[in-house]
Amino acid sequence: MHAKNLILAAAAAMLLSGTALAQGIDVKIGVLNDRSGVYADLSGEGSVVAARMAVEDFKAADKGINVTIVSADHQNKPDIASSIARRWIDQDGVDVIVDVPTSSAALAVNEVVREKNKVFLNSGAAASDLTGAKCSPNLVHWTYDTWALAHGTGQAMVERGGDTWFFVTADYAFGHALERDTAAVVEAAGGKVLGSVKHPFPGQDFSSFLLQAQASGAKVIGLANAGGDTINSIKQASEFGITQGGQALAGLLIFLTDVHALGLQTAQGLVLTEAFYWDLNDQTRAWSKRFAEAHDGDMPTMVQAGVYASVLHYLKAVEAAKTDEAPAVMAKMKEMPTEDPLFGKGQVRQDGRHIHDMYLFQVKKPEESKGPWDYYTLLATIPADKAFRPLNEGGCPLVKQ
Amino acid sequence: MAAETETIPFEETELDVRARSYAHHGIVFAALAVLLLAAPFLVYPVFAMKVLCFALFASAFNLLLGYGGLLSFGHAAFFGMASYVSAYAAKSWGLTPELSILLGTAVAVLLGTLIGAISIRRQGIYFAMVTLAFAQMVYFFALQARFTGGEDGIQAVPRGWLFGVIHLGDDRTLYYIVALVFFVGLLIIHRVIHSPFGQIMKAIRENEPRAISLGYEANRYKLIVFMLSAGLSGLAGAVKAIVFQLASLTDVHWTMSGEVVLMTLIGGMGTVFGPMVGAAVVVTMQNYLAAFGAWVTIIQGVIFVACVLLFREGIVGLLARLLRRPL
Repeated sequence: MHAKNLILAAAAAMLLSGTALAQGIDVKIGVLNDRSGVYADLSGEGSVVAARMAVEDFKAADKGINVTIVSADHQNKPDIASSIARRWIDQDGVDVIVDVPTSSAALAVNEVVREKNKVFLNSGAAASDLTGAKCSPNLVHWTYDTWALAHGTGQAMVERGGDTWFFVTADYAFGHALERDTAAVVEAAGGKVLGSVKHPFPGQDFSSFLLQAQASGAKVIGLANAGGDTINSIKQASEFGITQGGQALAGLLIFLTDVHALGLQTAQGLVLTEAFYWDLNDQTRAWSKRFAEAHDGDMPTMVQAGVYASVLHYLKAVEAAKTDEAPAVMAKMKEMPTEDPLFGKGQVRQDGRHIHDMYLFQVKKPEESKGPWDYYTLLATIPADKAFRPLNEGGCPLVKQ
Repeated sequence: MAAETETIPFEETELDVRARSYAHHGIVFAALAVLLLAAPFLVYPVFAMKVLCFALFASAFNLLLGYGGLLSFGHAAFFGMASYVSAYAAKSWGLTPELSILLGTAVAVLLGTLIGAISIRRQGIYFAMVTLAFAQMVYFFALQARFTGGEDGIQAVPRGWLFGVIHLGDDRTLYYIVALVFFVGLLIIHRVIHSPFGQIMKAIRENEPRAISLGYEANRYKLIVFMLSAGLSGLAGAVKAIVFQLASLTDVHWTMSGEVVLMTLIGGMGTVFGPMVGAAVVVTMQNYLAAFGAWVTIIQGVIFVACVLLFREGIVGLLARLLRRPL
């Protein structure tokens, strides 16, 4: 009797400890992005929805991983972003910080996460420095970067016959860099840059710059600016009938929600590069429909899609590594190939860059659109091996090891 | 008719106030010292440091607005430029933190002398606009200049070793240094306000032509208080750069100039302890309400409107009225 009880107790204890081991991983995800400013539509609450969907689809609870999601607004300010990141990691036990649009905020969070040795899954920021000179062993940069956008648009446009360019450039470091990078691509692909004009940042009146661009006779007008400047220049270009006049307008940093806000009448004919579009294939349509149901009917942007895919891959890595310790999880993330319904198959490179196909789209004319959110025509697919900066050109110290 | 001219804020004469002011200010300073010592055990140290940086900034701003009667809309220029200089010195030249902070402060004083000397020639709204214009120039300089890193700012600034011996990597160690800087800064401000110089400053604020007719060179006093305010704002900005290990356009943007006005008004303009309370309120809202997303700015706006409608003299101003003591 006594011995039987003992065996039972031992068996129970083993069972308990077994389940305790399996359920031992608590993962806390912090979605840090803009929830009130210019990037609130393309990241914001939608990124939280996407992260939640990733946790549901992964069935984390069944696999013994307890996931909680917290979110906060960094207001696009690097100091607020870095202080929230510090507080999350030091006090609230956050294991992984996700999204973080705005390059300056992302670079600040990158340093905090590196110092505290946690994981940073960036989807929203454009800075290619994140996987270049400032790369970190704790970072995965999932969705896009300036290099991919400049190359995607520049290369593909020239290949499609858009071989003369004129740039309208925001007069600060970001605009200069975007123009320089894109111009290099255009020239390498056999195109010609006819000229460029710099506008003050932030600008309101773009008419004189656009008229110069129109008068240049270039086939493509490249908008090397971002945010409100791009929106304003597209609006004013539409007033001058630039795209109707046969010149193509190429936005170098513009998202689906921007096109939604502008309306097709204004944005028609614009050419842009994105990493994801909801209407690519059956899988993206099915996922996006679920997303829209959970997010007031708004379709996902590539940034939100990137949040979903990166969180999914992170959770797979946690499962494989059987821990949420950053070095082990990061090793698994880079070791395991990625696969998800949105970006298909891909991989995370040594420098933290996630590699997948990019797409060149053109915004439809109002009469071509079959309904709400039907905005893009696919012009070209840029294969994964050409879409991103080659590993050895970024100047990332991790690569030399 | 005659009763309507009674708009001077203090009913007691300045002399009465002075006779009593030190006694209870001593108590407040002692309580503040205890609070500063205990704070890192009560709240998250990095958050406490952020509050202290802004508290010093707001107090420095209040020296100019509350006691000098000069409303500057360009204080972000001093705060931001000092944070850039100290961040650059610490990162690129590898200077120790105290030298970087001193260098940042010195640049702010220089900038303050330059901007102050020109802008004090005008009064009221013109003064505010001239300072705003200069601050915008500084902003565009920061945006374009190579050393500031444009919109990426200066990232990964090392906290380094204070005097080459005390490692500041630990949040709590750094906190006590920041707390000390803040406390000394506040003592300096308190001393300035209650010195003969401060008395003349207040006289100029109340009635400039009369002060001039009494033989005071009003412009010289105004310039000195402008420099002091700019220097202390710079000190706050330089410390912030070391604490957060970054200097960015946020610090030099005009909204920062607006934020410091907000802090000063919520806390209580023209009170020694008001601006730090205002800074604590505003920074706390920004930090702990961040989870509410778009609501942060709305809540901030509602609180500001409520503050202006219900107690125009600010939180500490209201307290001072209830206690019948200047705080």
